[in-house]
Amino acid sequence: MLTVWAILIDGFIYASWLFLVAAGLTVIYGVMRILNMAHGSLYALGAYAAASALGWYYADGGDQLWMAFAIIAVCAVAIGAVTGLAIERGLLRIMYGRDEILMLIITFAVLLILEDVMKLVWGTTPYFAYQPYAAMGRINIDVLTVSRYDLMVLVVSIVIGVGLWFWLERTRIGKILRSIIHDREVSKAMGVNVGRMFTITFMIGATLGAIAGGITAPIISVVPGIGIEVIVLAFAVVVTGGLGSITGAAIGAIIVGLARATSIHTMPELELFIIYAVMAAVLVFRPHGLFGQAVARKI
Amino acid sequence: MMKADRTELSLIGVAIAVAIAAQFSPNWLVFTLTLAISTGLVVMGVVMLMRAGLVSFGQGLFYCLGGYAVGLGGRFLGITDALVLIGLGVVATVAIAMILGLLVTRYREIFFAMLSLAFSMILYGILVKSHGLGSTDGFGVVDWTLLWFDSKTGDSANMALMLAIALALLIALFLNRYFKSSIGLACEAIRENEVRVEYMGISRQQTLYINYVIAAAIGSVGGSMTALAAGHVDPTMAYWTISGEFVFIAILGGTGHVAAPFIAALIFTLVRTYAIELAPNAWQMILGIVLLLIILFLPKGIWSLFTRKKGAAS
Repeated sequence: MLTVWAILIDGFIYASWLFLVAAGLTVIYGVMRILNMAHGSLYALGAYAAASALGWYYADGGDQLWMAFAIIAVCAVAIGAVTGLAIERGLLRIMYGRDEILMLIITFAVLLILEDVMKLVWGTTPYFAYQPYAAMGRINIDVLTVSRYDLMVLVVSIVIGVGLWFWLERTRIGKILRSIIHDREVSKAMGVNVGRMFTITFMIGATLGAIAGGITAPIISVVPGIGIEVIVLAFAVVVTGGLGSITGAAIGAIIVGLARATSIHTMPELELFIIYAVMAAVLVFRPHGLFGQAVARKI
Repeated sequence: MMKADRTELSLIGVAIAVAIAAQFSPNWLVFTLTLAISTGLVVMGVVMLMRAGLVSFGQGLFYCLGGYAVGLGGRFLGITDALVLIGLGVVATVAIAMILGLLVTRYREIFFAMLSLAFSMILYGILVKSHGLGSTDGFGVVDWTLLWFDSKTGDSANMALMLAIALALLIALFLNRYFKSSIGLACEAIRENEVRVEYMGISRQQTLYINYVIAAAIGSVGGSMTALAAGHVDPTMAYWTISGEFVFIAILGGTGHVAAPFIAALIFTLVRTYAIELAPNAWQMILGIVLLLIILFLPKGIWSLFTRKKGAAS
């Protein structure tokens, strides 16, 4: 029984983190039909920015928890929005209209470039920003101890998920975006400025990636290559749930999160295996993911 | 008696020239050439899929299977003959590709890319957790033999290169004919419009399946050769960034000619050798920028530089 509780708690905490990482990816794909491989790099950028800013803050003698969170938020949003804008305006704009698969390779090139830009800016030594994580302490749930920071990630993740849902379903801009998702050409004919919507979407997706990185920074040691590890996880989640669907990303994150937690508590050697096995299993029966929509083939 | 065409004659000529030149080359160049040819073989698999309109971000799976077959065969089965070890890799890879192929050939575009990526990451995940096999460090490949040759006593770097050249030549000759065969041409037609291919009475499923399995087998040979030359295998062979490099080389070379992947792989390996020494933290950036430039200005790869000239002359 204890194991079950541990699996559930760990699983949902991990799922919330996965959702944070995957949300931006699925938003960008849903609207723009671009599977952004550079999403992992935005995650890493957010983590680096937050870790180094937190490092300065704590080295300066700061010890306010709310300031730490404000720093994380500001850094992540700033670097995500700026990098997103630069990538979309500087590169993707001239590439639109090409095959989806070629866009994938283009974002792979962006990933390669950003990986080294980060090495040149931040070096290869790890950055630590554990203070907020340590400061929040742990709470006991029955006999299990859970970090309060992890629970906060869970809350942030739910807030972002609900926020995204509200943005897409209940606002004017969301309605416009949904029209683009349904039919890009017709919305353009109806007077939608698709180009601007793409810029907004890409910036928001990129910012979500950076926020995920910023929030994760206090939990991990920020080293080169974290983005490359994260992106495949995000892919697995998004593909399991169905590309382009927010609900899909949430369900995918929960499935993958619970599967991984189950494996860690029962068969730890299968941890990595299980994530991709779940994805493959879902794709066998639902080729476009659980919430994905099949597209008619053009003759 | 089959008539050898010009491409075949020049392939044989180049192979012999490289083999002779290698006898007078320094050891590092011989080793680099072997790696380049092995990489070129794996890239050939990626190119075969690209001709059918599929991009695989998981060809490292077969590369890794080939490498580990050599490592495991030598370690646990006591096999030392290089050709038997490579054959073992091909058999294992074909068996796995025949199962995976049933699934992945139902997918296109990014779904194919992601699914192939997932399968190679599954293998990576298994190998990383296999502590008996050295986990992330991998393990060394035993000394190998080839007919009269023994890598303990002879010049193994040179012998590995000769073997790589011979295998690459055979595979290139085969593929040159394969690309012009009905199934090779059907693959290109599928890339253009698969529904019409079905109308013509060709099974796209079957065509893609056969193409996928052959590409996997060739990738495995590349992995085995790398293991024999480097004397070491580790799980990163299946990591997705390695597969990403194969895609990069495939795009660099283009799909126009059987020799293109080898030339691109040679450029890649040579540039990497220098770049890692001169600018270790800017190597990936160079890759990324070159990749973008090629997509923008040379969408058919560097091979199009040769054909364009020929077209202008005639």
